[in-house]
Amino acid sequence: MRRQIPLFITFFVGTLLIFSVFIPPMETWGEDFTLFFDIIAVFAFFLGGGNLMRVHFNKLTRRKQDWTYSIVTLAGFFFMLVLGLLKIGNPGGIAASVTAEGSWFQTMFNDVLNPLQSTMYALLAFFVASASYRAFRAKNREATILLVAAFIILLGRTPFGMYITAWVPESFSVLQIPNLAIWIMNSPNLAGQRAIIIGIGLGVVSMSMRLILGIERTYLGDDSG
Amino acid sequence: MTVGNIGIIISLVIIFGGLLALLIRSVMAKEVDRRVIFLFIFVAVAAPILFPITFEEKATPVVRAVFDKIESLPADSKVLLSFDFDPAMAPEVQPMANAISRHCLERGHKVVFMSLWATGQALMTQSLDQFILPGFPDIRDGVDYVNIGYKAGNEGVLNVIITDFRKMFPTDVNSIPLDSISLFDNIRSCKDMDLVVSIGGGKPGPKEWVLFIGDPGDVPVAVGTAAVVAPQLYPYYPNQVVGILGGIKGAAEYESELVHNYPRFNEMGTPGLRMMGPQTMAHMVILAFIIIGNIAFFTGRRREKNKV
Repeated sequence: MRRQIPLFITFFVGTLLIFSVFIPPMETWGEDFTLFFDIIAVFAFFLGGGNLMRVHFNKLTRRKQDWTYSIVTLAGFFFMLVLGLLKIGNPGGIAASVTAEGSWFQTMFNDVLNPLQSTMYALLAFFVASASYRAFRAKNREATILLVAAFIILLGRTPFGMYITAWVPESFSVLQIPNLAIWIMNSPNLAGQRAIIIGIGLGVVSMSMRLILGIERTYLGDDSG
Repeated sequence: MTVGNIGIIISLVIIFGGLLALLIRSVMAKEVDRRVIFLFIFVAVAAPILFPITFEEKATPVVRAVFDKIESLPADSKVLLSFDFDPAMAPEVQPMANAISRHCLERGHKVVFMSLWATGQALMTQSLDQFILPGFPDIRDGVDYVNIGYKAGNEGVLNVIITDFRKMFPTDVNSIPLDSISLFDNIRSCKDMDLVVSIGGGKPGPKEWVLFIGDPGDVPVAVGTAAVVAPQLYPYYPNQVVGILGGIKGAAEYESELVHNYPRFNEMGTPGLRMMGPQTMAHMVILAFIIIGNIAFFTGRRREKNKV
């Protein structure tokens, strides 16, 4: 029964949602199921929060490696949770939005989370530069094509691309670096991306059918088929 | 000559002098340590921030299409703007979100702001309060624009609002029922929108708006996205998306078009155009390192062959 019930639910909901797309009177059923999904998703927040606490309390109490970082994680988690739930420091009180201008929650978001996440993302520039130096080398034919494409795109995304090739006559404007960059995006990139999208689409259909028909059962924690 | 000009000239001399020295080393087949690369990128990004340099931008057709679409819509058209990004992506996409919002409000369109990302709501509030609304003292909340905030559920939210907004968003961000908001008088679902603009780069983001709203609802969708995600959206252009703003370059092109047509926005700041300075410098340094890397690689390979 532990396996049959989830398999039945998957089959029933999956089949119903497919019908709701193709049979107009059943359209609203799809919406209702989406709302059910939202309600279920709320429980994932509790599950996620609970799991975070369990993992870090465990690390803290057993003094595992880097346990001090768990203090920061838990302190940040509880601090923001209390600010958000009780709306402490909210100019409009409990009825107003936590993101109201001047609220402590919004201040923490603007002055702590915002710069921290931006900084983490900005660090990518350093690694991209280092990786470009090592990876874009004309070692063989394929690598050379990649190198030339990367060079044109990088140059085409700067005003220098236009300055360098501004002398190219209008009748040969396709050879201007920005236009070459656009051509790379619109032709070779487009063809590759479409192939990937179609491949993913077929894969999703096939996997969905396997799930609905109960052939794919790994989501039950069982790969015995 | 201003202090800024002197500063940028000194920075350029340091960067390109250093790169020249590394180029000479590369001829001797010497590799560059990654910490040296980090230092050059730091100077290349920091110098144009401290001593701003701006370049003239011209909108490419893919960006121009978004501008023209908003420009061609009659006043009072209904536009939905979704802020589907987090603080990490914000420096790259928030400038375009602000520029498009200003353009829509300037043209007299009715704008609905929302977000599919939990962190997007706070960024939307920040944009509205600091960058967008101060430029439009006469517009009214609920009449000319409305902020309906964030709703969890990813694509599920889109699946519902394509037939009924009120099922997913019974109230706006200030807990005012949508039925009491005059802007929503003639809006039941996303199908009643004249244009949807999704700004983001993750999931859910522009792609989901195309798949769940644009195609099934026959609603025009324009997208703004991080530069790394833009190539994935090109297959949808021009039939399924009106246009694409990719990264800071896309934002800068849009801002230049906006400032050209509405000069008053020049005084309100053009962060996209300003950020093109650091991006251009960083790209030039990366290109220089690619050349240096290849010279070192070929010189080293020739030396090894000679030894054999």
